[in-house]
Amino acid sequence: MLRVEHLSKSFGGVRATRDVSIDFPAGSLTAIIGPNGAGKTTFFNLISGHVRPDEGRVLFDGTDIVGLSSLEVVRRGMARAFQVASLFPSLTVREALTAAVVSHQRGSRRVFSRFPVAAAGRRADEIMDLLGLAPKADVLSANLSHGDQKLLDIGLALAMDPKVLLLDEPTAGMGPEERWRMIGKVHRLWEVTGMTMLFIEHDMDIVFKIAQTIHVLKYGAVLAQGSPDEIRRNQDVIDAYLGTDHRLSETVGEA
Amino acid sequence: MRPGLSPAGLRRPGLARDVAIALTGLALLLALPMAFPAPALRDFLIYFFAYGLLAMSLNLLVGLTGLVSFGHAAYFATGAYVFGLLMQTGRVSIPVGVLAAVGGTALVALVIGAICVRLKEIYFSFITLAFQMFIHSVIVTWVSLTGGDQGLRGGIPRPPVLGLDLNDARTLYGACAVVFVLCILAMRQVSQSPFGYTLRMIRDNPARANFLGVDVTAMKLGIFVFAAAMASVGGLILALFVSGAYPEFAFWTTSGEAIFMIMLGGIKIFLGPLVGTLLLQTLNHFVTIYTEHHGLVLGTVILVIVLGLRRGLADVLFDWLQARRAPRAAGPAPGSLEAEPIGDGALKGRTV
Repeated sequence: MLRVEHLSKSFGGVRATRDVSIDFPAGSLTAIIGPNGAGKTTFFNLISGHVRPDEGRVLFDGTDIVGLSSLEVVRRGMARAFQVASLFPSLTVREALTAAVVSHQRGSRRVFSRFPVAAAGRRADEIMDLLGLAPKADVLSANLSHGDQKLLDIGLALAMDPKVLLLDEPTAGMGPEERWRMIGKVHRLWEVTGMTMLFIEHDMDIVFKIAQTIHVLKYGAVLAQGSPDEIRRNQDVIDAYLGTDHRLSETVGEA
Repeated sequence: MRPGLSPAGLRRPGLARDVAIALTGLALLLALPMAFPAPALRDFLIYFFAYGLLAMSLNLLVGLTGLVSFGHAAYFATGAYVFGLLMQTGRVSIPVGVLAAVGGTALVALVIGAICVRLKEIYFSFITLAFQMFIHSVIVTWVSLTGGDQGLRGGIPRPPVLGLDLNDARTLYGACAVVFVLCILAMRQVSQSPFGYTLRMIRDNPARANFLGVDVTAMKLGIFVFAAAMASVGGLILALFVSGAYPEFAFWTTSGEAIFMIMLGGIKIFLGPLVGTLLLQTLNHFVTIYTEHHGLVLGTVILVIVLGLRRGLADVLFDWLQARRAPRAAGPAPGSLEAEPIGDGALKGRTV
C-alpha cells in the first residue's frame, strides 16, 4: 500500500531523515517510535507531501507521489491527523465534519445548494458515531475538551475516506487513563475500517500493546524494526531510550 | 463557483426563510418613501444601497474568509466607470450596461485577485491597496477617457427599461431597492452554501483546509471575484444616481469607510455591515448639515464604539439575544448539563 525507499531530508546541516526505507502493507497497523527529535514528524511530513524529500521515493499504491502537493496526496487517499489538533475553532463538530466531507466529495465550489448537504451530513453523522462524538455534535470545536479535539482531528482525516491514515501522536498531552481510552478508539477504528494506519507514539506500553509492527527512528535513521517482542529485546532500542550512560559509568568505574 | 443548480437545493427551508425576509425587507424599503415622501430620504437610502453593497461584499472577504482587503473600493469604482462610460456611448441599454459593468469588474478582479490571493495576511492587505491606488491613478491620469480628477461628466443617460422611466426619481429608487435586495440575497445564499462553509474553514485554518483537500487559492479567488462583482453593483447604483463617476470612488478612503462600516456594524450577524453603513451614512449626511467639523464627530463616534463597546452595534444586539436565550434554554432541559456552554468569547469572529 505504502512504501518509502531511501528517503532523506536535511534542514541546513541537520539530517532529519537519513535513508529510510520502510514497507507498510495494506491493512497494517504500524507504530513509529523514537526519542525526541528522532525525525518522526518530519517523516510524516515527507510522506504526506507537506515537505519535499531531498532523495528517495514514496510509493503509494504503486505510484511515486514525491513532488505532489499535500492537496493531491490527500485526494489520492492519504490523510493525516496532527500532533496538536488542527481544527476550525468557529465551526461546530458537525459543521466541521460536514464541510470536510463536502470537500472530499468535491462539493466545495457549490454555491446554489444550502449547507449542510444531506448526503455529506449523513456521512458526518457516521463519523461522529464511530468516534463517539455524537453527543458533542453542536459544540463549537474551540469549546471541546482536549481529548475530543484530538478525536475531531482524526474525524476530519476520516472524512477523506483515506486508504492510509497517518496519526501524529494521537495521545499527545493526555493523562494515562485518557491515553488508553484514546488508543482503544484508534484500535477499534483500525479494526472496523481495515485501513492502513501509521501512528507516532511515545508511550511504550501503548505501542507494545496495539502495534503489529514497530519502527524505531533515531537521528532520522531506522534504528530497528520488527514485532513488539523483537523491539522489546533489542539492545540498540534499550540504549536509545535509557541512554548509554549506564554502560559508560561502568567503563569509567573500571578506569 | 461552478453552478451546481439543483432544484432540491433551492427548495431547502433556509432559502425559503431568507427569501421571505428579503421580500419583507424589500416591501419595507418600497413603503418607506411612501410614508415619508421627502426626496431627501430617498436620496439617503440610495446612498445606503450603494455603500451597503460595498460593505456587505467586503465582509464576504473580511468576515467570512478572513481576507482583510484594503482595496475593495477599486471594484466599486470600476463598476461605476465601466457602467458610466458604456451608457455615455448611447448604444447600450441599462441591463446590458449593468451586466457588462459587473462582468468587466469580475474580469479585472480575476486578474488582480489571481496575484493577491497567493499572499497572506498583511501582505494581502497591502497588495490589494496597491492595486487600488493603481486603478485610482489610471482614472486620474487617463483624462481623455475618464475626465481625470473632474470625474466622468456630461451625465449618464437613463434610457427606459421595460417601459420604466428611470428619470423618475421614485422609479429609480424602486429599481435600486430591488437590485440591492437581490444582491444581498445572492450574498446570503453564497455565505450559506457549501462554498460559504468552505470559506469559513479557510478563515479558521487554511493549512488544515488544504490537508482536507480544499484548493485554498482557488476558493479565495472565487470569493474575491464574487465580492468584487457585488461591490461593482454598488458602484453602478451610485453612478446611475449621481449621474457621474468620480475618482474618489476608487480612493483608499472609500475602502477605509467600508472597513469602518464593518467595524461599526459588526460581523457576527450577516447583515451587521448594513447597520454600520446606516450609522456611517447617517453621520455623513446629517452631521455635515450642522457642522463643518464632521470628521471630528465621526472620529469621536468611532472611538466611542471601538473603545467602549469593543465590537459592532449589531454584535451587541446579537450577544444580548444570546445571553437572553441561554438561561431560558438551560432552564427546562435537565439533560443540558452535559452540553458545554457556548460562551460569548467562543463566538467571537463567527459570522452567522
